[in-house]
Formats: sequence, C-alpha cells, structure tokens
Amino acid sequence: MSNYLLETFKAKFPDDVLETHAFRGDETVLLKKEALLKAAAFLKDELGFDFLMDLAAADYLPREPRFELVCHFYSTRNNYRLRLKCPVAEADARVDSLTGLWAGANWYEREVYDMYGIKFDGHPDLRRILMYEGFEGHPLRKDYPLRKRQPRIPHRD
Amino acid sequence: MEKKLETPKNWNLETLEDGRLVLNMGPSHPAMHGIVRVLLTVQGERVSDADVEIGYLHRGFEKTCENVTYNQCIPYTDRLNYVSPLINNVGFALAVEKLMGVEAPVRAQYIRVIMSELSRLTDHLTCIGANAMEMAAFTVYFYLINAREELYRLTDAVAGGRVTPAYTRVGGLTQDLPPDFRAMTAEVFKKVRKNLSDADKLLTRNRIFYDRLHNVGTISKEDAIAFSFTGPALRSTGLPLDVRKATPYLVYDRFDFDIPVGSNGDNYDRYLVRMEEMKQSMRIVEQALEQLPAGPVNHADYNVILPPKEEVYGNIEALMAHFKLTFEGVKPPKGEVYQAVEGGNGELGFYIVSDGTGNPWRVRVRPPCFALTGGLSKMIKGGYIADIVSTFGQINMIGGELER
Repeated sequence: MSNYLLETFKAKFPDDVLETHAFRGDETVLLKKEALLKAAAFLKDELGFDFLMDLAAADYLPREPRFELVCHFYSTRNNYRLRLKCPVAEADARVDSLTGLWAGANWYEREVYDMYGIKFDGHPDLRRILMYEGFEGHPLRKDYPLRKRQPRIPHRD
Repeated sequence: MEKKLETPKNWNLETLEDGRLVLNMGPSHPAMHGIVRVLLTVQGERVSDADVEIGYLHRGFEKTCENVTYNQCIPYTDRLNYVSPLINNVGFALAVEKLMGVEAPVRAQYIRVIMSELSRLTDHLTCIGANAMEMAAFTVYFYLINAREELYRLTDAVAGGRVTPAYTRVGGLTQDLPPDFRAMTAEVFKKVRKNLSDADKLLTRNRIFYDRLHNVGTISKEDAIAFSFTGPALRSTGLPLDVRKATPYLVYDRFDFDIPVGSNGDNYDRYLVRMEEMKQSMRIVEQALEQLPAGPVNHADYNVILPPKEEVYGNIEALMAHFKLTFEGVKPPKGEVYQAVEGGNGELGFYIVSDGTGNPWRVRVRPPCFALTGGLSKMIKGGYIADIVSTFGQINMIGGELER
C-alpha cells in the first residue's frame, strides 16, 4: 500500500529510514537516531506537524539495539498523526533533544531519562522527574525487577 | 549570576544576594492539591523564577500494566484521572480493541459516549468548584460538588462504583445500563443545570472572581502548542482542537455539539470554556439517549470478551473460552497502536505495544495534564504568588494521571 507521507519520508531521508509501516492505520517511520532531529524539524517546518503529542520509550530487552524512542506528532493543519521511532542501543543511550523545537519536549525527555536512562544531548535541565534524586536504576527497564526495594536515602537538610 | 544560585535545590528559605527570596510552595500546601512542589524565587510578591517538582504520587502504573493481563489493567486506569475515571476506561479499552482490530457493538459505543460525557462533567465540576473555593467562593464549591455527587450516584447505578467504576472491558462493558437510566439522567441533569446556573450567577460576573482570573496565567497560542497543551487550556487560546471533532472515535460523529474556544488564553477563558463544555456534554448525552439503539453490549466473539455465565455452565466451548480469558487474557496480535480520546483536561492517549501474549509489552499513557504542568512555570512567571493558586487550579492538575 503506497502512502504519501511515508513515501515522502523515504524520498527525503533515503539513508536514514530503516522501516515504515501503517499497522491499524498508525503511520510509523523507524529511522536512525542520528536523523531524529532533522526529521522532526522537517516535520515541523515543512509538513505542518505542529504538535509533539507524546514522547516516550520502550524497552525490548533481549533485542539489540534494546531501546526504542517513540514520538507521536500531530498536525492541526492537516489533522494527521505520525509516529517516529528510533532504535537506541544501551551502550550509546544518547539522543538529540527536541527541546529546541518544542518546549514541551523538556518534561517528556526528563521522564524518558528517568524511566529508561536514555540521555538527551542539548537538554537544558536533564534530571529525574518522577523518581527522586538518589533513586538507583531506571524502573521501566525490563531488567528492573517489579518488586525491587530501594536503599534508604540519607536525610537532607 | 549562575543558574545554580537562582534555584537552589534544598528545603531552606534563603535570601539571594540580590534580595530575592527562595520560597517553597508545597508539596504539602492546601492549594497544591496535595502533591506538587513549586520552588519559587520571588521578588517581593512577584514570581521571578519557578521550578515545578512532581513525582509524589508515582505508583508505577505503566510497569504494573506490563505484568498483568489487558483486562486487569482497567481497574488501574480508574486511578489515572480519578475525577473522570470512565474516560480512562474507555480510552484503554478502545486502544486494545484497535490493537486487536475489533469493535464493540454500537450500543456499547453509545453507552461509552454517554459515560465519557458524564465523566467530563464530573471533571469540570471538580475543577471549577475547587478553583472557586480556592478563590474564597466556598458556596460555589458546595453547589458544584453536590451536582458532581448526583452524577457519581448515576455512575454508581450504572457501573457499581462512584469513583472507581472499571466499567469497560475489551470488546464491551461489564453490564448494560439500568432500565430506568433515562429517567434518572433527566432527573440528575435537572439538578446539575440548576446548580450550574447558580454557580454561573455567582461567579461569571463576580467582580472579585473576574479580577482574580482575568489576564492571569496567560499563555499565547504559540506557546501552548509548543508545550503540547490540549483540552480546555489549549482551547482557551483560541485553537478549536478537540479529539472528539478532529479524529472522531466511538460514535461522536453522530452528535451535534460545539467546541467552545476562548481568545485570551487566561484563566477566565479557561473557566468559561469549561462552563460551556459542560452544557455541550449534557447535549451529547441527551442526543445519545435519544438515539440509543437496542442490542448486545458485548462483542460476539468469545475470544475477545467473557461469555455470559449461562453459556459457561451450559457448553464446553464457552467454558474453555472463560478459562482461557480468565487465566491468559485476550491476546492481541504483535504490533503497536496509539489511541487518543478527549479527556477532561485534553488528549488522553494510550500507546500499547503487544508481543502477542496476554500481557501488554508496553503501556504508555499520554496524560493531558503532564504537558500542562510542564508549562505551569511559564504561566506563573512574572505574576503574583497568590495568582499561582488560580492558574494551578485552572490547569486542573490531577496527580493520578500526572505521575501514574
């Protein structure tokens, strides 16, 4: 099935797009993480995707590369949604931050960092958001046990 | 001056070199709704810098969901936005149904619309009631909370729970509407309309309320988009984006309703948008009750939803299906979907990844008020300390969905 948006993406970034699919109508582009920032800028500036609706990650543990960064975009102009995904390896868990394009990416990226330990280059204030300072590990990773106990943190003045 | 000096990350009151004061608002503060801490740097009464700190109500919803079956997630979704639980139930069930490629019967879809709109009403009533109370209009709080209580009783009659109904299942509902639901709704709406009009008379043209909200917490349309605002907070800036209209789900395209928008993007506009949305919600419910078709409320396939008890005890196929669904759960095919519904505060999205087993591989919730709270510091900077209360109330931060 040919699809205008996915074809545009393949034509624009022939070397970076790894895979595209439209499972249940959700158009998805899997691309190299190095290309995320320029692809997002292309979406925002040229295709009219003005909303970064969601930014999250997923852990596919035995698989390598292990993580996947998942961004959902929405265009008010065309009333259209698009999902952009980037595989991220654990050894090099760094991605370019989208905070320069959308201020709202700030908190989403902090949450991904908190939950998965993926770092964002260029993020102005990358620290934990839901967990506290001194929390050990990243709770949404698949190798983080469900009932793991945390050490007590020292009293803060 | 270094950034570190501006917002010290400790618990002490501290006076900076240039005379500004570091002030801690929350987490235990009556207007912070229990669980948010705002670290303010103030110059007199003016907020010059703010750092919003969340995470006090994190319960690991997403992690928990990865370890239970799809239907077992539904009671957990009640606890996301606990003032509009049915919207969460509906959103989650819709996402799983999309993943499986099935649809609930038409009657179930109508009932889901009705229950979502009742939940939107309770959400907005709580928001405005609490906001009015914090602006010292205590009477309004009781008027609106009484209206909410009537709606909760209606929910209770339908789903068997006031705040934790867990009403939907993948492929259907736990039960059909009670026989006298139409009459009950008409009765309840009469009271809700009365209380709303009383509150409207007390608030909308009230000098004090108006002054406390007008031109406070203003955000421009561009900033609201950049911060991924959705819902009443976005619509108050004049952008008529509503998932129910933009990408209709269920049977929302069959109803006639309006999307109210503001023009200023301030707290007063958000208040007006919410007031009007409640009237539109009641319109939708009344239309839905008018059109409500007869028929089953559950999907016909026993691989999707539990068969009726008579069947389970009466034939082996249904018994096996019951056993498999109870122990292993529904098994969507491998894949990933994102399903958005319009929550009380904006777009509530569920991103679900399935690996083909009975437990979801990944459940991600896109909570509307996460983005809103992320933009809070922008909205309160430059204003008075006292105005934080009205801004914070009008973004309607709900801890359950903010921190999951």
